[in-house]
Amino acid sequence: MHLGLFLCALCDLCGYMGEFMFNITIDGIPLQAEKDATVLQVARENGIEIPTLCFNEALGPEGRCRLCLVEVKKGNRTRTVTSCLYPVEEGLQVQTQTQKILLVRKMVLELLLARCPDSEVIQKLAAQMGLEQPRFRLDEGNWKCILCGLCVKTCEEAVGVSAIGLSYRGSIKKVGTPFVEPTMVCIGCGACHFVCPTGAIKMTEENAVRRIWGRDFKLQACKVCGYNFAPEYQLEWMSKKSGVPLEFFQTCQNCRK
Amino acid sequence: MEKIKTPKELEKLRQAILAEQKPERLQVTVCGGTGCLSNGAEQVVAAFAEEMKKQGLNGTVNLKKTGCHGFCERGPLVTIHPQDIFYQRVSEKDTAEIVAQTLIKGKTVERLLYSDPQTEEKISRHDEIPFYKHQVRIALRNNGRIDPTNIRDYIASGGYAALAKALTSMTPDEIIREVEKSGLRGRGGGGFPAGRKWRSCRDAHGDVRYVVCNGDEGDPGAFMDRSIMEGDPHSVIEGMIIGAFAIGSGQGYIYVRNEYPLAVKNLTIALGQAREYGFLGKNLFKSGFDFDVRINRGGGAFVCGESSALMASLEGRAGEPRAKYIHTVERGLNDKPTNLNNVETWANVPVIIDRGADWFASLGTAGSKGTKVFSLVGKVKNTGLVEVPMGITLKDIIYKIGGGILKDRDFKAVQTGGPSGGCIPKSLIDMPVDFDELTKAGSMMGSGGMIVMDDTDCMVDVAKYFTKFLEEESCGKCTPCREGVRRMKEVLTDITEGRGTEGSITMLEELSEAIALGSLCALGSTAPNPVLSTLRYFRDEYEAHIQEKRCPAGVCKELITYSILEDLCNGCHRCFRECPQQAISGEAKKPHQIDPAKCIKCGICYDVCKFDAVAKK
Repeated sequence: MHLGLFLCALCDLCGYMGEFMFNITIDGIPLQAEKDATVLQVARENGIEIPTLCFNEALGPEGRCRLCLVEVKKGNRTRTVTSCLYPVEEGLQVQTQTQKILLVRKMVLELLLARCPDSEVIQKLAAQMGLEQPRFRLDEGNWKCILCGLCVKTCEEAVGVSAIGLSYRGSIKKVGTPFVEPTMVCIGCGACHFVCPTGAIKMTEENAVRRIWGRDFKLQACKVCGYNFAPEYQLEWMSKKSGVPLEFFQTCQNCRK
Repeated sequence: MEKIKTPKELEKLRQAILAEQKPERLQVTVCGGTGCLSNGAEQVVAAFAEEMKKQGLNGTVNLKKTGCHGFCERGPLVTIHPQDIFYQRVSEKDTAEIVAQTLIKGKTVERLLYSDPQTEEKISRHDEIPFYKHQVRIALRNNGRIDPTNIRDYIASGGYAALAKALTSMTPDEIIREVEKSGLRGRGGGGFPAGRKWRSCRDAHGDVRYVVCNGDEGDPGAFMDRSIMEGDPHSVIEGMIIGAFAIGSGQGYIYVRNEYPLAVKNLTIALGQAREYGFLGKNLFKSGFDFDVRINRGGGAFVCGESSALMASLEGRAGEPRAKYIHTVERGLNDKPTNLNNVETWANVPVIIDRGADWFASLGTAGSKGTKVFSLVGKVKNTGLVEVPMGITLKDIIYKIGGGILKDRDFKAVQTGGPSGGCIPKSLIDMPVDFDELTKAGSMMGSGGMIVMDDTDCMVDVAKYFTKFLEEESCGKCTPCREGVRRMKEVLTDITEGRGTEGSITMLEELSEAIALGSLCALGSTAPNPVLSTLRYFRDEYEAHIQEKRCPAGVCKELITYSILEDLCNGCHRCFRECPQQAISGEAKKPHQIDPAKCIKCGICYDVCKFDAVAKK
C-alpha cells in the first residue's frame, strides 16, 4: 500500500493516472481507490461512514457481524456485500444507505439486541436506527458477547498464543479456553478484553493481581514509577519469545521512553 | 499386477476379464446398498452362497453383491441375469427356492415378483417395471450391476476407457471444451456450469492446483451421492483424474461425510485398486501426468458441504465458510486454485468423454442437460433412488415412476432441494423438472431430494422442520443466519403451538428478507426458502394456525384433539388397551371416551382402531 501511495505521488507530479487507481463512486460521490483496497477502506479514507462491529484495522476482516453491508453495482449486476472484504474494481458503484441495506442493518442490530440486551454499545447503535425494544424474546446468559470473533483473532494473530477459541456452532457458539478450564497458554495480556467492542470479556485488577479467564496474574510494578502495569507472566513470556532480557520489560512503556 | 499404460492394454485386459467372468453365465446380483443391508441383504448373500455351494453351482453361477439398485421400497432386491428377472422383498429363507426354481429349473418364483399396483399383473423383467422403465441411468450406470469392491467389474463394463482416451488422445483444453459443450451443470445444488468452473481454475494464477470431490451430502433424506460412492466409486475417481489432467492438478481430495462408513470403505478399496492398476500415481498412461487422491472424512457438520467451509475443514480448521468475492477457483484450499465438484457431477465426466458432449447434450432441456438422480421419498408408493432425464414432469416422476401417492391419498406438494429448497404445489405438477423451472417456482433442484407430501402433511410443520435443521447446522459465524434463523424457528414454533399472532407472518417475511440479503454463505441466504415457498402456496394453512388455532392437516399436536365418534365405536376396548396414558375409558361394547387432560396426542388409538371411530381434528 505504501508503494502505491509513493507511485501516486509520482503520478500527480507527471499527471499520469496509471493502473494503480480505480475510479469508483460511493453514494454517488466519485472517488479514487487504490488497487487491492476494500470498499470500507476507501469509504473511511474519504469520511464516508459505514458502521462496523467486528472490524479492526490491525487484523484482517472476516465479515462476521454484517453491519458493514453495502450494495455494489458493476455493469448490470447488483449485489449486497460486506464492504470490509469487498475489493474495489474499476467502475464500481457503491450505495451505503439503500432501503435494503437499512433493513438488514436494523435487523442485525435488533437480533444482537435480543441476544445481548444488557450491552450498552448495542443499545446505542440500535437507538441510532430508531430501535428501542427487539421484537424477540430476550436471551439470558450471552451477557455482551456478539460473537464478533475479534478476541480469538487477536489472541491468534496479534498475540500469537491462541489461548482462547470458538467452540460449538450456531447460536450456542462460545468464546473460551479449551475445555472451559483455565489455561497456562494465556499470558494475561488482556488484549482480548481491550479489543472486544462490547466489553464482554471480564478482566479485574485488585491488590496488584489481575484476574482473567479464570487465572490470577501477579502484576509487575514498574521499576521506575511503581505502577502495576502488566502481569509478570506476560513479561516473562515476552522476554523468552524475544530473547531480550527480562529487566528491559520490567519498566512500563511510559518510563521506557 | 502390471500397470496399464495404453488404451490397447486396457482393452486387452477388459476382454480377458469378460472371458474370465463369462457374462453370458447365470448371475445372481444382490443389492448391497445401505438400505437393503439394514434389511438383511448380507444374510441373503450368505444364504445364496451356501445354497449354491450345496447344489454344486459354484463355478457355473456367479454371485455378486452390488451397490444400490434404487428400488429401496422393495428391498432386499435380487436380480437374476441374463434373464433380467427381478425379485423383491427377498429374505434369506427365500434363497433356497430361488436357487431350485430359477437357477436350476429356469422358472420364476411368482410370489417374489413385482406386481403392478393397478392391474395386479406380475412383471418379471427388471426393465419392464415402471419404476425402472422410465429411468435413464447414466450416473447410476453401474449401480446394481457391478461389485463396487472389484475394479475388474468396473473395467469389464468399460471403466477407465474414458481416462485412457483423455490422457492419450486429448489435450487438457479439448477435455475442458468437451465438458463445456456438454452443458454439465453442478449436481450438488449450485448448478454452476462445470466446464466453466474447470476453465477458470485452469486459468487461475499459480503452480499448484487441487481438485476436490464434495461427498458431504447433507440434505436430510438425500442419499444419491451415498449410493454412487458406495456402489460405483470408480466412476467418481475416474472423473476426478480426467478433471485433474484437464485443470493441471496433481492432488485430489474426496471429502466424505463421516456418517457414510461404507462409502469411505469402498472408496478406500477403490483407490488402492486404481493405484495397483496404474490409474493413479505417476506418469499415468505415459502422459507425464502424476495424480493421486486422498480421502478426508467430515466431522458431522452440514455446513461443511459449503465449498469454502469444506476447504477450511480440509485444512484442519473449523468448518466456517468465508466470503467468496474471490472465488475458490482462484484461491481455495491452502489459498491455491481449487476446483470442487459434487460426487454426481464427477460421475458424469467419464461418460461425457466416452460418448461425447453432443450425446450428453441431446438429453435434458435447453438449460439443463443430461440426467439427475433424485431420492424419491415421502408419501409415495415406490420410494427409492431414481435417475431421470432433465425435463421430465413432476407428475411422471411421482406417478409413473413413484407409483402414485401412498394409500391413494391426495397429492399435496413435493419438497425439492432440501433445506435450501421449497415446496411445489399440486397446481404445478405438470412442471418439467430442471434447474431453472424449479427456481422459477420458488424452489430449487438442490442435490436431488424429492419429498412427496399428501393432505396429512402440515406445510407449516414442514417449514418448521427445515428451519430447525438449519438452526442446528448454522456455523454461527454471521449474525443474520445464526440469530435470524433461530428467531424464525421461534415464530414457527409459536404458530404451530397456537401462539401465532397477527404479526407472525410479517415477522417471518421480514426476517426472511434480512437473512437472505445479509447472510455470508448459501446456507443462510437460502434458509428462508422453505418458509417463503410454503407462505407463497399455502398461506391459508398459516392463517388457519394463527387465526383459528387449527391445523388443517391434523399434525401440530397442540392444535389437534383426538375424540371417539360415538356412532362408530362398538366398544371393542382395543384403544383402551393400547393407550399409553390410560386416557381412554369405557365399558365393554359401549362407546368409549378420551380424556383430553390425559391425552398426549400420540395417535396410537387412531392407528389401532379398526372402525375409523377415532377422529383427529
